Amino acid sequence: MCLGIPARIVKVKGERKSLADFGGGVMREIDISLVDVREGEYVIVHAGFAISVIDEEEAEETMKIWRLFSDTETSELR
Amino acid sequence: MASFFRYRDERIAIGIVERLKRLLSGHLRFMHVCGTHQDTIVRFGLDIMLKEAGIEVIPGPGCPVCVTTPYEIEIAVNLANNGKIIATFGDMFRVKGVKSSLADARASGASVFIVYSVSDAIAIASEHKKKDVVFFSIGFETTAPATASAVLNGVPENFSILSAHRLIPPAMSALIEMGEMRIDGFINPGHVSSIIGVGAYEHISKRYGVPQVIAGFEPIDVMYAVYMLVSQIMRGEACVENEYRRVVRYDGNKKAREVMNAVFRAVDVAWRGFPVIKSSGLQLKRTYEDKDALKRYEDEIDEIEQNLTELMEKQSSEATCRCGDVLRGIISPAECPLFGRACSPHRPIGPCMVSREGSCNILYRYRKSGRL
Ligand code: SF4
Repeated sequence: MCLGIPARIVKVKGERKSLADFGGGVMREIDISLVDVREGEYVIVHAGFAISVIDEEEAEETMKIWRLFSDTETSELR
Repeated sequence: MASFFRYRDERIAIGIVERLKRLLSGHLRFMHVCGTHQDTIVRFGLDIMLKEAGIEVIPGPGCPVCVTTPYEIEIAVNLANNGKIIATFGDMFRVKGVKSSLADARASGASVFIVYSVSDAIAIASEHKKKDVVFFSIGFETTAPATASAVLNGVPENFSILSAHRLIPPAMSALIEMGEMRIDGFINPGHVSSIIGVGAYEHISKRYGVPQVIAGFEPIDVMYAVYMLVSQIMRGEACVENEYRRVVRYDGNKKAREVMNAVFRAVDVAWRGFPVIKSSGLQLKRTYEDKDALKRYEDEIDEIEQNLTELMEKQSSEATCRCGDVLRGIISPAECPLFGRACSPHRPIGPCMVSREGSCNILYRYRKSGRL
C-alpha cells in the first residue's frame, strides 16, 4: 500500500481529478489536489493521490553522476 | 522520461561496491525505514553486494501495517462485528489483532471492504447510505495527506475515520534513544520525504550525530545513497543529504503538509515492537470530531477496550512471533524460528509476513531459504 508509482498526467479534469497513464496500457483516474501539475508532466502516485511532480532535469543530473561509476578506471569522482 | 535502464545498470552498482571496498576497512550498519526500500534491496541482492564491502543494511519499522498495534486492529475488528462497514487497505485484511483479523470478521459475516484509496472508501459510504462506514486509515506521511484531503473536501454523513497514521522521524529518534544497537546512518524514505522535505530530519543528525540520506527506490538509488552515507562518514560529517532529487524538494510538498496539518494533530502512540513514541501518531483535530470514529463510537470503543485489557493479560505469555524485534532491526526475519516453517505468506503468523511490505514477507518471496 505504501508503494509510489510514476505516472504521466494525461488529462486534467477539474480541480481534483486527472487521468493518468501508468504505462503498459494502464490508465487510471487519480486525485491531483495535493500537487500543482500540468498535462504531460510525470508524478508519483500513492494510494490514488499524486504526491510529487517528477523533475526531469534532476533525473538527468542524477544519471550523469551515476554514469561516472560505471567506468571506475577513468572516473574523476572522489 | 529517461528510461529505467540506467536506474538498474549493474555496472554502476558494481562500480559503487568496488569503490566502497577501497574506501572502507571496518564494518558499518545502516538502517532504512521503508518497506519499498527493503523490497529493492532483497529483490536485487543489494544486501549481498554491500556485505562484501563490509556494509550491512537493515530494515527498521518501515511497514505501516506491521507497526499498527494489535489493539488498534482489534478495535476495527470489533466495530466490524458490531455492524459497521470497515474499509481498509488490502495488507491490513489478514493481520491478526489481539484475537482475530478483519478477514476473520468477514468470514463470520461482517462487512469488510478492501480499498486502494480513501476515495474508494468514500464511494462505498455513498453507496451504502443506511450503514455506517469506517475507513481504517493507516500509513505514514505519504498516505495521511490523502486522507486529510478527502476530509477537507467533505465526506458523506455516514463516513468516519479510524486513524492509525504514523510519522517516521519520531520513530527514527526513538530507535536511537532506545540504543539497542549501533546505527551508523539512516537511508530515509523517498516518498515520505517528498511530503515532509529534507528539513524534517535535520534535528536527528544534529542531536545524535547520525548521517542520513534520502533515497529513491531503484537499485542504483539505494546503492548511491549508501555511497553518500559512507562519504559523509569519511568527511566526519552528519547531515541530511538528498539522493532522490528528481522527486524530493528541500521543503517537501507544502500543499500536502498544510492539508495534513489542517486535519490531523500529532499524538503519542505505541508502535508494534516499540513503547509509546512521543508525537508519532496522527488523530483528527477537534474540528473534525464528527468524522473521528474514536469520538463517534466512544462508548462502544470504551467497552471494547475493557474486554481487550482482560484478553491481553491472558495472552501476554504466548509471544512467539518476533515481528517486534524484526521491526526494531534486532533480528533478521530468518532468525525467527518460525520463518519459512510455521510461518509463510500462505499461512502468516505475524504482520511482517502478512504485508507485502513486511521484512519477513519480502525475504520469503525472494529468498525462501532466508539465507544471505
Ligand atoms: S517469520 Fe512470522 S512469526 Fe517470525 S517474526 Fe516474521 S511474521 Fe513473526
